[in-house]
Amino acid sequence: MSYVRKNDSTKRVETHFFLISIIPLGVVRMPELYRRINMSEKKKTTIVLFSGDYDKAMAAYIIANGAAAYDHEVTIFHTFWGLNALRKDENIQVKKGFMEKLFGKMMPRGTDKMGLSKMNFAGFGPKMIKGVMKKHNALPLPDLVEMAKEQDVKLVACTMTMDLLGLQKEELLDNIDYAGVAAYLGDAEDGNVNLFI
Amino acid sequence: MDVNKVLDAKGLACPMPIVKTKKAMNDLEAGQILEVHATDKGSKSDLTAWAKSGGHELIKDTEENDVLKFWIKKG
Repeated sequence: MSYVRKNDSTKRVETHFFLISIIPLGVVRMPELYRRINMSEKKKTTIVLFSGDYDKAMAAYIIANGAAAYDHEVTIFHTFWGLNALRKDENIQVKKGFMEKLFGKMMPRGTDKMGLSKMNFAGFGPKMIKGVMKKHNALPLPDLVEMAKEQDVKLVACTMTMDLLGLQKEELLDNIDYAGVAAYLGDAEDGNVNLFI
Repeated sequence: MDVNKVLDAKGLACPMPIVKTKKAMNDLEAGQILEVHATDKGSKSDLTAWAKSGGHELIKDTEENDVLKFWIKKG
């Protein structure tokens, strides 16, 4: 009788120990597990837009819109000249140094003012290509940016290059994200499509 | 064939046919059929690949007078 009781209590202790050891394991593993399940559900596309040329930015935004239609989570990380794609088209008064003012004057204010990477012909090239695009019903770049926003494409401005080029948040579009290389890599490391344009 | 919705994407250039198809597909229930009309030459490859990736079924496609027609069943 006493023997049976003893055996019973050791069993109970064993089960308790088993439960106690398995609960933290589950709690620790759950977020990772959740992340993995989530990852397999939605694919990711990331694009680094380095170029500030109309044609190259157009390629980037066409791919971004296509990927969004593919139900991907899409991020466009704008750095260096690509930041100009995020500039508002009006002149915004912000406090700047001489070099920053000069940069601001020399760079295109928004996508519509960008030049072409080939056959720019001092600004005549973009006029020509916009005419051709209209004829073929291709969406102009500003509309592609709008469409991307509508499709919840994440637009990110690289803060380090914003400092280099003297661009400030006030001059860039509203509702965009600001980040650095680590945030980009965070998206890109589980990206299915990663491009540098 | 019971078509639940018709999308006119004629005259639209890449990437619009796909973007519009995706939007139209969002309004449908699984098993319903979307009919797409397009003139973009690339849309055959585009829609075939898109349907496959999204788990939809491209039931039929035709081409007459430069108008491509597609019937896609939502997966």
